Amino acid sequence: MNSVDELLKKTTEATLLRFISIGSVDDGKSTLIGRLLHDAKGIYEDQLAAARKATKNIGGGEVDYSLLTDGLKAEREQGITIDVAYRYFSTPNRRFIIADAPGHEQYTRNMITGASTASLAIILIDARLGVLTQTKRHTFIASLLGIPHLVVAVNKMDLVNYDQAVFNQIREDYGAFAAKLNFKDLVFIPISALKGDNVVEASESMPWYVGPTVLNHLETVYIESDRNLIDFRLPVQTVIRPDLNFRGYAGQLAGGVVRVGHEVMALPSGRVSKVKKIVTYDGELEYAFPPQSVTICLEDHIDLSRGGMLVHPNNLPRMDQEIEAMLVWMDDEPLQPGKAYLVKHTTNRVRGAVSTLHYRVDPNTLHREEAQSLAPNEIGRVTLDLAAPLICDEYTRNRTTGSFILIDLLTNATVAAGMIIERARHRATAPSPAHLRREHSLVTPEDRVSFFGQRPVTLWLTGLSGSGKSTIAYQLEQRLLADGYAAYVLDGDNLRHGLNRNLGFTADDRQENIRRVAEVAHLFNEAGLLVITSLISPFRAHRELARQAIGADRFIEVFVDAPLAVCEQRDPKGFYRKARAGEIANFTGVTMAYEPPEKPEIHLPTHQMEVKQAVEAIIDHLRSQGVILPRAPVTENGL
Amino acid sequence: MKRFFRLWPKTVGVSRKGALNRRRVRQNGERMQETYRISNLKMLEAESLQIIRETAAEFERPVMLYSAGKDSSVMMRLAQKAFYPGKIPFPLLHVDTTMKFPEMYEFRDRMQRETGVEMRVYINREGVDAQANPWDLGTVKCCSLMKTQGLLRALTEGGYDVALGGARREEERSRAKERIFSFRGRAGQWDPRRQRPELWSLYNCQVDKGESMRAFPLSNWTELDVWQYIHLEQIPIVPLYFAREHEVVERDGQLIPIGAMTRLKPGEKSVRMKCRFRTLGCYPCTGAVRSEARTVEEIIQEMMVARQSERVTRVIDHDCDGSMEQKKREGYF
Repeated sequence: MNSVDELLKKTTEATLLRFISIGSVDDGKSTLIGRLLHDAKGIYEDQLAAARKATKNIGGGEVDYSLLTDGLKAEREQGITIDVAYRYFSTPNRRFIIADAPGHEQYTRNMITGASTASLAIILIDARLGVLTQTKRHTFIASLLGIPHLVVAVNKMDLVNYDQAVFNQIREDYGAFAAKLNFKDLVFIPISALKGDNVVEASESMPWYVGPTVLNHLETVYIESDRNLIDFRLPVQTVIRPDLNFRGYAGQLAGGVVRVGHEVMALPSGRVSKVKKIVTYDGELEYAFPPQSVTICLEDHIDLSRGGMLVHPNNLPRMDQEIEAMLVWMDDEPLQPGKAYLVKHTTNRVRGAVSTLHYRVDPNTLHREEAQSLAPNEIGRVTLDLAAPLICDEYTRNRTTGSFILIDLLTNATVAAGMIIERARHRATAPSPAHLRREHSLVTPEDRVSFFGQRPVTLWLTGLSGSGKSTIAYQLEQRLLADGYAAYVLDGDNLRHGLNRNLGFTADDRQENIRRVAEVAHLFNEAGLLVITSLISPFRAHRELARQAIGADRFIEVFVDAPLAVCEQRDPKGFYRKARAGEIANFTGVTMAYEPPEKPEIHLPTHQMEVKQAVEAIIDHLRSQGVILPRAPVTENGL
Repeated sequence: MKRFFRLWPKTVGVSRKGALNRRRVRQNGERMQETYRISNLKMLEAESLQIIRETAAEFERPVMLYSAGKDSSVMMRLAQKAFYPGKIPFPLLHVDTTMKFPEMYEFRDRMQRETGVEMRVYINREGVDAQANPWDLGTVKCCSLMKTQGLLRALTEGGYDVALGGARREEERSRAKERIFSFRGRAGQWDPRRQRPELWSLYNCQVDKGESMRAFPLSNWTELDVWQYIHLEQIPIVPLYFAREHEVVERDGQLIPIGAMTRLKPGEKSVRMKCRFRTLGCYPCTGAVRSEARTVEEIIQEMMVARQSERVTRVIDHDCDGSMEQKKREGYF
């Protein structure tokens, strides 16, 4: 019985990864899946025997693994994949659900079906053909559907003599295209699905490749942070009322954590109550999180039914009757702007029409084109006018509350998939509300300078993780206070616990992170304080935004400079180790570039100096710039 | 203002320490945080509950197909969970071919008594009157009449617009292609080339009068998941799944049990041997496998070394290449 318990324990600890294999026709998707299943011992012998038998009928030699996955007769006869097939296999560490998607453009809607629930995509490229239109199209769709992790498998390496130059060229071509899109991580692997090179076992034919095999990567890619545990959302599926004493709202959590005793708000009514209990067949829970399916009882009887949503009152979704979205058209009948469709969103159904078609995207070039309609498989940005407001979030924040489908009212066909986007172009560039008037303080900046004995500036410390930013920042803060100056450190990591807790590490979130820190620094400077920020802030453009927000005359860029090797050796927080192990995506210096300042006001090569020297160098600069006015050191007893 | 600066150095030391402590506490607090991880089985369960609740909410006359098999037992438990502490808000339907194992009928009636679910039984009278059996009709015709036609008639006569079924994608390659909510035309047929796209967990449940859907809450479960779940949840199952001595005849590599009406072909001899059933259908067409497993744990152990998929013991699947797809097109589950 021991082994059963062990197995069950392993199952409990194992994580689940849903992935999709995509790419152009004949790039070998089904073959790769067949190979994975076969080599991971996931294929039962009789299924293998059936495939062998069928191969003989077609007259092939080696076992054709695609015959294992192409489940429809028409597919096997034509040798193509028409519809997405789901396959299951597991290794001791992870369970996998594979969506094997068709490559033909006419079956794109079936590919999207598989992509919508995947958190990783393997995109196959035929080494002989390189990056094709369909490759780009699928990559764009994968990005649009918010698949965070991408693996580019350059297949059929055996047919190009395992040539590294071919692989490098494709990596360069593809990288240039993918750079314009939004993926958490991107990995390139040269493989031969047919021969098994780098699929499960490392290839002996490509000693020049030192990265993981496909299965290796699938087993280790870090997916824990893919879920939204911040914004509590419970779309109500049904109300359970077995008798007069029990009234429970049943649904599957789409985000955040909910707890007994928490204050919650019912939407759309806006009524507030508290969570009385969280009920399941297996007993009551203290708290619940996605993707749990639970039933929530509230302290008060309030108006809430299917289509409504429970949220936290201090973290509200949008309630918009007009939404902007990216739309993938899937029906043979093209989009008709102005025509009413049924919008299905979470557990809600509402009528709506496309009021504006802003543009169509060419997935090949990512260019925006003017369009009157969307034909099958075309993608565009639209504004939808709805008969009632949707309780929703942006798709990039929440794949469940940010997605919807359009249904034709006459044919009942699912005609389009939609992903809700922000209406404003960007938070940072959104104009300030016109109706608000600025109030003016009676205290002038000069008053503050004379009060504190200092001219407020922001010392913007930038550099790699482990370069010494925080150490210098805190020592400098202590030194300044000891000398009688008012200074405060804004630490990037610390702020992510509070003010910036809802931000991730995508390019957009990083920019928003910088914007908020810069705004806070600006306020502190306005209050008269010296500010020391400690953020990696890897991008020049972002630091430029900070300079503008804070004011060029108050912004002092400090480049805390140490070679990557030194930082990695210091690794005070163990981040480099994790990043190398693939547990942290987009880690500066490892998987993402750092753009050093071109003309920093202060340059501190920390591998060649002591912390004290670095602090002195900054103090000297502040003195020379007249930021801090000379003052006698204050003694211990305050005299 | 002078006093303000004089006092500063002292307060500085204190607040600085305080800041450090707070950070440490916060870090510790995070380390001690509750986990937000659930097992794979619980993830599958959560998905299934969502599907079952959607089915109940979106359709007018839902029904859950019940076969007394292990997948049915799991599905029934999931339905109980989905509406707990309420009752399952739809009936269960058993399409009875009249040729199931006697133990299955006993088990079905016991479950009905114990759980109080509403169990409806449908038998295709046309088939019974014609005395349909696989020995005279052949397995294809018998199955089409008693199962496929029986199911379609039961659904039409009951006016059901959706039927929940326990099919899993892992079972067979054409099932691997099927949607969780699968559309059926007026004659109950499946058109694999015109399936509705199915995105996220947003199910298009729109059907016109006369049309219907099949919903498969166990789509993403594997055979091993089902057994592990039965083990963890202590779900009752038909005893035929456990090994004991059965009288069987070896035919085309299958161990066919000898039932009340089984006819032996010339030259065939029945033998007694220890075996069990991996799947349960009609007794003339369900093969047994040699096994010693007498408990769920032992079955799971056997599974871990199993090298044959479960449907290998279903004679009807092997009639010809793509025979499951063919049956499904005609309306078979």
